[in-house]
Amino acid sequence: MGHDTAEWVFVAIVIAILFYVGVDSWIVQKEVEEIPADAEVIKVTGQQWFWSFEHADGTKEKITLHLQKGHAYNFEIYAKDVMHSFNIPDYVVFEDAVPGHVNHAWFSPDQVGEFPIQCREYCGIGHYQMRGSLVVEEGKS
Amino acid sequence: MVLELRKPRPVWQIMFSTHHTDVALLYTITGMAFLFMAGVLALMIRTHLFFPGQAILISDPATFNRIFTVHGLTMLFLFALPFAAGIGNYLVPIMVRYKDMAYPKLNAVAFWMNPIGGALLWLGFSDTSWVSYAPYSVIRAPGPAADMMIFGLKILGISSILSSINFIVTILKCKHPDLPLRQVPLFAWSILTVSLMTVVAMPTYAASLIMLLTDRLGVSGFFNPSLGGDPIAYLHLFWFTFHPEVYIFLLPAIGMMYELIPRFSRKPLFSQGSGVFAFVMLGLIGFASWGHHMYSTGMDFTTKVVFMIGTLAAVPASGMHVFNFLATMWGGRIRFAAPMKFAVGGIALFFSAGAGGVLNSAMPLDFITHGTYWVVGHMHLFLTGTIAFGFVAMMYYMFPFITGRMYSEKLANIHFIMMMWGTVQVFFTQHLLGLEGMARRIYDYPPEFTSWVQLNQIATVGAWILGGSFVIFLANLIYHSAKGKEANMDDPFGLGGKYYYPYQAKNPTHHTGY
Repeated sequence: MGHDTAEWVFVAIVIAILFYVGVDSWIVQKEVEEIPADAEVIKVTGQQWFWSFEHADGTKEKITLHLQKGHAYNFEIYAKDVMHSFNIPDYVVFEDAVPGHVNHAWFSPDQVGEFPIQCREYCGIGHYQMRGSLVVEEGKS
Repeated sequence: MVLELRKPRPVWQIMFSTHHTDVALLYTITGMAFLFMAGVLALMIRTHLFFPGQAILISDPATFNRIFTVHGLTMLFLFALPFAAGIGNYLVPIMVRYKDMAYPKLNAVAFWMNPIGGALLWLGFSDTSWVSYAPYSVIRAPGPAADMMIFGLKILGISSILSSINFIVTILKCKHPDLPLRQVPLFAWSILTVSLMTVVAMPTYAASLIMLLTDRLGVSGFFNPSLGGDPIAYLHLFWFTFHPEVYIFLLPAIGMMYELIPRFSRKPLFSQGSGVFAFVMLGLIGFASWGHHMYSTGMDFTTKVVFMIGTLAAVPASGMHVFNFLATMWGGRIRFAAPMKFAVGGIALFFSAGAGGVLNSAMPLDFITHGTYWVVGHMHLFLTGTIAFGFVAMMYYMFPFITGRMYSEKLANIHFIMMMWGTVQVFFTQHLLGLEGMARRIYDYPPEFTSWVQLNQIATVGAWILGGSFVIFLANLIYHSAKGKEANMDDPFGLGGKYYYPYQAKNPTHHTGY
């Protein structure tokens, strides 16, 4: 068979590294998925080929979304036609928009500024243009 | 040894033959032709993306979407699988000491389904992307293109299943009675493993294609929420097949490296048993991880964890192969002819591809990388870096046995340097591009994202170097198949000593155990 201690040690090291990756991922993902109770719900709808938004108070926005720094927001993500994927890369907000499903992703912007929004699931000829803008303003209390 | 091309034979004799070496040639040559066709499409994409905001070579997003779809379909179904089937057809009967495949006529039929399926894919030129997710491929891809793709894929899937059945029966039932299964060469083990995996995994995809078709025809609503269906059902069916399928793409190339590394290290293989164990383990565990392609679809936490564990569990098996290769080379007297260069280069790139993969499998990190160019870089490190390198290594190795002549080692060196450099330049850069946030499958990108522009340009230059390396490869093989120096058929690579090539008539034992 040709087995050697070195091989056992090697496999043990690989398994140890993977175990660490697994446990650390578990911990981080659990933390990331815990949506704070006071997060304001923002409805996000993806359709060919733009994003539209509805704030908790009913204000509607299209393509550009205005939010406040330091507040927690819980995106409720819908799709109208085909699969899309709602993504704010700078804040690692990323979740698919699937027809017939409601998905959630939450975040709390900690910087004022303008951040790109894009679609990250192929959705046709306008996929590359399905971009938007997140504008984070100073929080009013 | 069979020297197919030494004596001129009429092409139609090879085309209508059912002998395994002829079918192997058909698979390999058509596979290479499709590799070049899909490679041209890739170069068009990369060239187009060199400058944002320009329509270089590709005039509109609709055409772009069709080009990346057909590039993916062709590389996977018309190059990677058939090429492996070709080398498998050539070597497996010899390795199990049988006269041909178990079902020679079925073998030829399975081959001929490839050009037919390929014709359907290319004439249709679908724009659904190769994964063809619902609902887009159901409601937003009207016309014959997607239907032809579905029919083409069905035919190719059936071909794959038929050739898998052939390999399974040949290896398990037709092998020589004096040859114990565990001593069958590891390349044959890799083919056995992927054939068993295909028979289990492929029918699910065949079902999902039928469901896609009936949904498109409006007679069902499997993936339509308003009729009680779910697009995510398609993703489950698709990835249940295609996660194992990526291992099916990979394992034959690893098997080929097992043919090359011990010989060119002039040292016995470190452990046959570890190789067998690692192939079987990967074959089984490969079925437990498909959901890692779907982390962002709205899966609950526990499901994500289960798939992450399934993904990570397969990594030690790959690690065992790398260890086996390195331990075989350690202390050997290595002859760095072209096959060995490509095999070792392939192992190095395999390791980096796997490392990136471990990152993806970590749930939180996948939310950064999924759907970006990181994934494109990662998968191409496996596909080009491991699989293509393995296939190229094998082609250089088999060349003297098939043609009776030697290729030019000088040209092969240039090929190697360019292919290694080019592969690293495109695909490592694409990992960075993904981290910068660039999404996949996009026709254009904002020119004000300077990091995207720079990284795209670096990647495109790398792609041209990679493409150029293949032109040198082709020229080397074609020219020297006619005009090359006659090879020493006892030992074309000058390895010397007792490392018989198993498929030499002179080999007294004609099986492993070197």
